[in-house]
Amino acid sequence: MDHLLSWIIWLPVIGMGVIAFIPRNKSNLIKQIAASVSGVQLLLTIYLWSVFDASNGNLQFMERAEWIPSFNITYILGVDGLSLPMVFLMALIGFIGIFVSWNISNAVKGYFSLFLLLNTGVMGVFLALDFFLFYIFWEVMLLPMYFLIGMWGGPQREYAAIKFFLYTLAGSVLMLIAILALYFTCGNTFDMLLLMERAPIALDGMLWWGMSAIKVIWVLLFIGFAIKVPVFPFHTWLPLAHVEAPTAISVILAGVLLKLGVYGMLRINYTMLPDGVFWFAGALAVLGLINVIWGAMCALAQKDLKKLVAYSSVNHMGYTLLGMAAVIAASEMNGSNLISAQAGVGGAIFQMFNHGTISAMLFILVGVIYERAHHRDIEGFGGLASQMPIYTAFVAVAFFAGLGLPGFSGFVSEAMIFIGAFPVFRTVVIISTLGILLNAAYFLWAFQRMFFGPANEKYNDIPEINRREVLTLLPLAIITLILGVYPRPFLDLIASTLNVLIESVVMYGGIAQVIQ
Amino acid sequence: MNNLNSLVFFWPELLLSVTILTAILADLFYSKKDSFKVVYWSLGGMFLTYIAIRLQDIEPTSLFMGTVAHDPFSQFFKILILISTAIVMLMSLVSGELKKYRMGEYFSIMTIMTFGLFLMTSSIDILMVYLSIEIVSIMSFFLAGYLKRNSLSNEASLKYVIYGAFSSGIMLYGLSILFGLTGSTNFFEMQKAISLLGADSNLALVLSTVFILVGFGYKISAVPFHFWTPDVYEGSPSTITAYLSIAPKAAGFALMLRFFNQVFGDMSIDISTSWSAINNVPWPELIAVLSAATMTVGNLVAIQQNNVKRMLAYSSIAHAGYMMMAIPMMSNSSIEGVMMYLIMYLFMNLGAFFVVIYVKDQIGGEDYNSFDGLGWKMPYVAIPMTLFMVALTGLPPTAGFVGKFYIFAAVIESGSRFYWLAFVGVINSVISLYYYIRVVRHMYLIGERNDEFINPSSKLVLSLLVVLAIPSFVFGWYFSPIAEWISKSTIMFQGM
Repeated sequence: MDHLLSWIIWLPVIGMGVIAFIPRNKSNLIKQIAASVSGVQLLLTIYLWSVFDASNGNLQFMERAEWIPSFNITYILGVDGLSLPMVFLMALIGFIGIFVSWNISNAVKGYFSLFLLLNTGVMGVFLALDFFLFYIFWEVMLLPMYFLIGMWGGPQREYAAIKFFLYTLAGSVLMLIAILALYFTCGNTFDMLLLMERAPIALDGMLWWGMSAIKVIWVLLFIGFAIKVPVFPFHTWLPLAHVEAPTAISVILAGVLLKLGVYGMLRINYTMLPDGVFWFAGALAVLGLINVIWGAMCALAQKDLKKLVAYSSVNHMGYTLLGMAAVIAASEMNGSNLISAQAGVGGAIFQMFNHGTISAMLFILVGVIYERAHHRDIEGFGGLASQMPIYTAFVAVAFFAGLGLPGFSGFVSEAMIFIGAFPVFRTVVIISTLGILLNAAYFLWAFQRMFFGPANEKYNDIPEINRREVLTLLPLAIITLILGVYPRPFLDLIASTLNVLIESVVMYGGIAQVIQ
Repeated sequence: MNNLNSLVFFWPELLLSVTILTAILADLFYSKKDSFKVVYWSLGGMFLTYIAIRLQDIEPTSLFMGTVAHDPFSQFFKILILISTAIVMLMSLVSGELKKYRMGEYFSIMTIMTFGLFLMTSSIDILMVYLSIEIVSIMSFFLAGYLKRNSLSNEASLKYVIYGAFSSGIMLYGLSILFGLTGSTNFFEMQKAISLLGADSNLALVLSTVFILVGFGYKISAVPFHFWTPDVYEGSPSTITAYLSIAPKAAGFALMLRFFNQVFGDMSIDISTSWSAINNVPWPELIAVLSAATMTVGNLVAIQQNNVKRMLAYSSIAHAGYMMMAIPMMSNSSIEGVMMYLIMYLFMNLGAFFVVIYVKDQIGGEDYNSFDGLGWKMPYVAIPMTLFMVALTGLPPTAGFVGKFYIFAAVIESGSRFYWLAFVGVINSVISLYYYIRVVRHMYLIGERNDEFINPSSKLVLSLLVVLAIPSFVFGWYFSPIAEWISKSTIMFQGM
């Protein structure tokens, strides 16, 4: 199939166009169109997965078209083992998200149009290989997100929406400076593949105001991506946005949008500024540690279930940073320990995917109880297990997956990260295992307070989780369980790309010692 | 070239003069109610002018004994000015506040102003610079005070006159110092003389630069010469506010680019795409600092406004700051940056002002609260307005982003010397998000949703909205033709 990637990206916009012509009172038809567009998109990504050559670590299904020749801007798309899982995750969660938002009744047309636009933006970021295009997609996401939180969110929605918007924009304008600096120093090109080749050489030894250009660009890009992840101390927008957003948007936000930051670092910082990786790896590991501990402590203190889940995202994304930092294990000065680099970075990518499925489940489950009880106060429930046994079972699965119990996918990726990072960041890893303990504590404690103990009379006849909700949770639960006992398919998919990535970072290990 | 031969190249301006006379004469034959029909004469004449410009051979040359340049650079700005004047004239037809007055003179004065703007974009002699600035200023005073029974409008006009007279006086003083130093009024002869000046005349040179900057700064409303802007913008008829925020600004930038690059720079010798300032006059640093101050002050004050028109006035100061960022870079890309920004700014800013005008006529107010629930009441206004606000913030994929992108690219291309300026610029565009999105917030997020729907008052309103909204969006992701046009238009006349 020609232009497969373009179809995946632009299909939602086509759906948006169709929705525009439907009168606003036919809300069911609008929902059906949105669902079928997302469904087709999901099928296309599954097809993409099936024809993807996992043994090839380079970019595949490349598309290239002239766009703005006077600025050397090209429309370039491509997919590799790093972006494919993310594309699949987006398609899956985008599809599920439509059904999660099935009960939306206010301004249905606007909601689903914006939802589809958001989908296009995210897909575009994962598949774009031209830096200009990447930036456009990166920013296209902001406006739909602003409206989706601001119009359909909770009581503090306006504040949450503008805070999200300002934070992310602040990050991305810094990224714009970095993009332009790369463009002019590397021979006027936005082509990421060319930049990967040229940037390490062109920037070598360049000084700006006495600072190494590599460090400056690294930091600019890092802040842009870190706000999205979010890395401490840029995380303050996240709990607010998550809590105020409607369920489906929290699901997308936690499930996919947070991954954009880590994806950006791996795709751009790691390949274009490999020297910077060595300079920054220590800081990255420590920031990861802070995220793990800080996120867990905050989660422990929450009374609002959704806030707890939001902080668990901060906690979980911390592990990814730690895993990413492990890439330096493969350099010569660290004993060329390729296996631990593979485990670390592979674990980070796997953790991104797992957090995507697990946090999506968690937010859907929070949405289910909120729709019935109209509050999310953990203390306000009690003994729900007897009233809602099926719901309790799903929460148990999601919580146990979230706390990294063996048998669930989260355990595999976290174990990989610890194994990978241990040889290089021994102390950090040892302290961050504390995070796992806290992690278990906040999930189990919340579980105990909500589902066990004396039953709350108020919820004696609270309706059980319904079939639609079960169907949105089931695929995610199944993926979590399967990858928990048999992660091979996923790890095989990313293996070749991982090796290419690590190799390209390590190749410049020698130069790194010079700047340090 | 002598005066007679020059007339052959002066066709567009001659046509414009004929249009002015026709418009004034035609006005005599219309009753007060019909006097708006003068606009047809004006628009017709301007359309002919446009064709004349397009048909012209644009080999760079100078006219009227070296006082007016004829080159692709001025041609570009003339087209820009014609488009904005035409759009503002059409906007004036819908505007409610002008309906109470006789409209004939209004359109003839606008046409005269266009003539002055044309001269501003092409003057290469300081006498012509002063003359053209005065034509434009005096016409702006008239237009700002056009609502003669409205005290705010009167105040606006008076303030404008006082500030205008003061700043042009200072500028004239600067120009006279420059003339004293160089003994010439022609840009190129002045440049040659300045490059031969010794270090002892540096103080006089710097002083005259600062004084001249006052005049230019006033024209493009740069900080700290911006104090007239908010009051004049608020008091003037909104259509004129829109016009003042784009056309004289575009001409002011054209003049500034030409003046600084040709008098204080050395464009002609250097065949590369960038050149440098002469004689250690630190004007690039001076303008860089002014530009940083301009955008920061503009943005910080715009945040505090409760009136959307006033907010747009302050934000137009900020936009002038963004454009000024490119001037110190002295390269082809900096000229391209200003040009690109102006084209994009034209559509989105006129669009925003038009929405404010229309909302005032329909809802009766200009403050943020008048925009409450507009998303449901008038989606055909709210959707373009959202687009204009997003574009003014500079988010892709809208036109505003492309403008900012070109400016930032010009700054970063010139090397690490001005990176700090790029930082100030991007941080400012984040700040601007806050007050632009506030309009969107009022339109969609605040207020109960109801199904009350207000129909558009006329087809002209809808078509103007579409005409302004489509470029604001499409140019955000497809700007190759414009990029090509601009890259051909950076050529200035370089002296004999």
